[in-house]
Amino acid sequence: MKDKIAEKILLLIACSAILLLLLITFFIFQQGLPLVLRIGFGNFFSAHWAPTRGFFGIFSMIIGSLMVTFGALVFGVPFGLACAVFLAEFSSSAIQKTLKPVIELLAGIPSVVYGFIGIVVLVPFIRESFGGPGFSVLSASIVLGIMIMPTIVSISYDSLIAVPKTYREGSYALGATKWQTVVMLLFPAARSGIVAGIILGMGRAIGETMAVIMIAGNALKIPGSIFDSVRTLTATIALELGYAAGDHRAALFACGSFLFLIIIILNVIAIRITGRK
Amino acid sequence: MGFRIEPRVNQKIAYYVLLLMTIITVLVLFFIIGYVFKNGLGQLSFAFLTQKTMDMGKGGGIFSSIVGTLFVALVAIVIATPLGVGSALYLVEYTRGGPVRRVISFGADCLAGVPSIIFGLFGFIFFVIHLGMGWSILSGGLTLAVMIIPTIIRTTEEAIKAVPRSYREISYSLGVGKFDTIFKVVLPASLPGILTGVILGIGRAVGETAAVIFTAGSSHNLPTSLFSSTRTLAVHFYILAREGISMPKAYGTAAVLIIIILLINFAAYRLMHRFIARYY
Amino acid sequence: MMQTDEAKIRVDNLNLYYPGRQALRNINLDIEENEILGIIGPANSGKSSLLRAINRLHEIDLARLTGRIMLDGINIFDVRINDLRRRVGLIFATPVVLPGTIYKNLTYGPKSHNHFSRAQLDRLVEDSLVAANLWDEVKDRLRDSASTISGGQQQRLCIARTLAMNPEVIMMDEPCSGLDPISTAKIEATMLELKDKYTFILVTNNTKQAARVADRTAFFLSGELIEIGTTESIFTNPQDERTDQYIRGKFG
Repeated sequence: MKDKIAEKILLLIACSAILLLLLITFFIFQQGLPLVLRIGFGNFFSAHWAPTRGFFGIFSMIIGSLMVTFGALVFGVPFGLACAVFLAEFSSSAIQKTLKPVIELLAGIPSVVYGFIGIVVLVPFIRESFGGPGFSVLSASIVLGIMIMPTIVSISYDSLIAVPKTYREGSYALGATKWQTVVMLLFPAARSGIVAGIILGMGRAIGETMAVIMIAGNALKIPGSIFDSVRTLTATIALELGYAAGDHRAALFACGSFLFLIIIILNVIAIRITGRK
Repeated sequence: MGFRIEPRVNQKIAYYVLLLMTIITVLVLFFIIGYVFKNGLGQLSFAFLTQKTMDMGKGGGIFSSIVGTLFVALVAIVIATPLGVGSALYLVEYTRGGPVRRVISFGADCLAGVPSIIFGLFGFIFFVIHLGMGWSILSGGLTLAVMIIPTIIRTTEEAIKAVPRSYREISYSLGVGKFDTIFKVVLPASLPGILTGVILGIGRAVGETAAVIFTAGSSHNLPTSLFSSTRTLAVHFYILAREGISMPKAYGTAAVLIIIILLINFAAYRLMHRFIARYY
Repeated sequence: MMQTDEAKIRVDNLNLYYPGRQALRNINLDIEENEILGIIGPANSGKSSLLRAINRLHEIDLARLTGRIMLDGINIFDVRINDLRRRVGLIFATPVVLPGTIYKNLTYGPKSHNHFSRAQLDRLVEDSLVAANLWDEVKDRLRDSASTISGGQQQRLCIARTLAMNPEVIMMDEPCSGLDPISTAKIEATMLELKDKYTFILVTNNTKQAARVADRTAFFLSGELIEIGTTESIFTNPQDERTDQYIRGKFG
């Protein structure tokens, strides 16, 4: 019967998402895991990355990714939350309707454009104001912060407006100001959504490649200050995949596997927190 | 109780701080777009848009990239839309909580969070090498398809859920089967919402670099078939900018990119509004 | 038409359960062919639930039932569900027109059951609209969107839509709630006109409406069938005290 066939076909199609996820997992790990197992976790997590000479330690890049991600959160979370709160609680619906798409537009700008603006505007500025090469942890953090902001705004905004009106009305009835209501009532109530948004933002920052390549400097050492150049995991993959072969290429896939694992873990945490059905 | 700011004053401060931060955010957006346009719009001549890329990018226009981007996006949409819409249909119409739904949703949500470089790695090893497609429009398009499927699933899900329950009830009450109800009533009714998702997916595809450069390659020649390597607009821009080949042309390419993104977001936004107006 | 002793629809020990509550308790009820059965009772007494069980729409609500419902002597679960719903039509309380033209609304159902020629469809559309007392008002506007007609007209369109399916039983769930008196009168007239060809079940919140059109009336309260009888006897001489109180407006 038509209905039964349709249901089976749609089920098959619906499985494509999870099948693709598994496919990706399989191929990435298939390329990367053997190398890691061969050289041992100790070597893999060392700080010596010289792939053409057989050294595949990704520690300095992990540190690089962490620093840049943390920096992105430092810049992105306050602005993201501020916009979300402003839109949700302190602006008329007309303003909300105009501003929200504007902020979402920020999410649509390609990462290479962000990187480019970073190169021509931000990097010289930092170089002149603070010294150092300009291509630094700081510049990467700022740009990444801007890039993850729309994610945080979006999810936090949705979480805030999902809090029932009755909460607010009860608070106002007790004489609290809007701001007090936001801080003492709404934030805790929307907390899980906001945290999930931040975690997803974190995932985006860790996974960002193009903008980071263009402005972080890509020097292979652990940065001593935020004005030093830095290299992330993603940058290494993107910079070297074009010419890597054999073990080197496998090592890049190993980087990818590690990255992939971290991202999936973050995603699972975020999904768990929001209890999305 | 020590030093304490009066709540109303506190709120005023908070309000202005929030307003300031929001304004800064919006200004950043305008700055980016403005800066690119200021330096790039001047580049947008007819020649620029219709000449093939020559001389490693130093000469000629961006026509090769425009064509390449078009076809890569086309492949991506043609593959991702049926898969995405079908998945969303199944999720909304055939499941109701339960383990199947959770697994599928989990898959889609995780896929949505995977960074583009990973898709690049995957596309490279799977499409380019394992399936032997080489650096090609096909490899790039298929990789992008995998990337945008979650976007389409999400927006389509919302669109289908927005169709009023009563439509389905009426259809069933007339003795119309599930298949016909879905394809003759629900799907047509949710079309604007679905289209929005597709358009947003195209937007993502156009702006992508990391996933495309390792799958579609970076040839600046005009593509001649689905198996030709090509350099999408974003990749072309990246190469121009990074290698410092030609700043003016880089700005020009960026301007074209931004214009496309603006058009896409605007179209999606208008569609979404028409759709919401219909049902709310 | 086969002449049988059997009721058109027989409800046998029906219990209907929604998640979390029981909507119908031990319902035993016969619906005779070509009668108009009125069902009255306060809100939440299970009247609508009964209708939705008869055409198995309850399955969409994740409800389950025990007992039997027979159509022409055959259990409705033994009949193909699409056939059942074609034979037993349901008019909802709020008229909902499908997006599209008036013409499309009417031909949507029939086309999914059978192949019709253009001429046959035109005929079908006209016949249904005539029977529903709507033809004169919309005959020049068949290609207009169905949302451009008034609420009362939309409800009659819904009736026409159901008639286009060539049903045997037509169930109406408070079809006139929210309609103006003229539309209400037209719908009631339609019922009386079509009585000879179809069987009607009319759920209504308006006891006077039941008094006007129904041959027999059943009184439901909290999921139970309290009393059923000819309309005249129910209204002038109810057996159960609760029926009496409800009819007199003591509660509602």
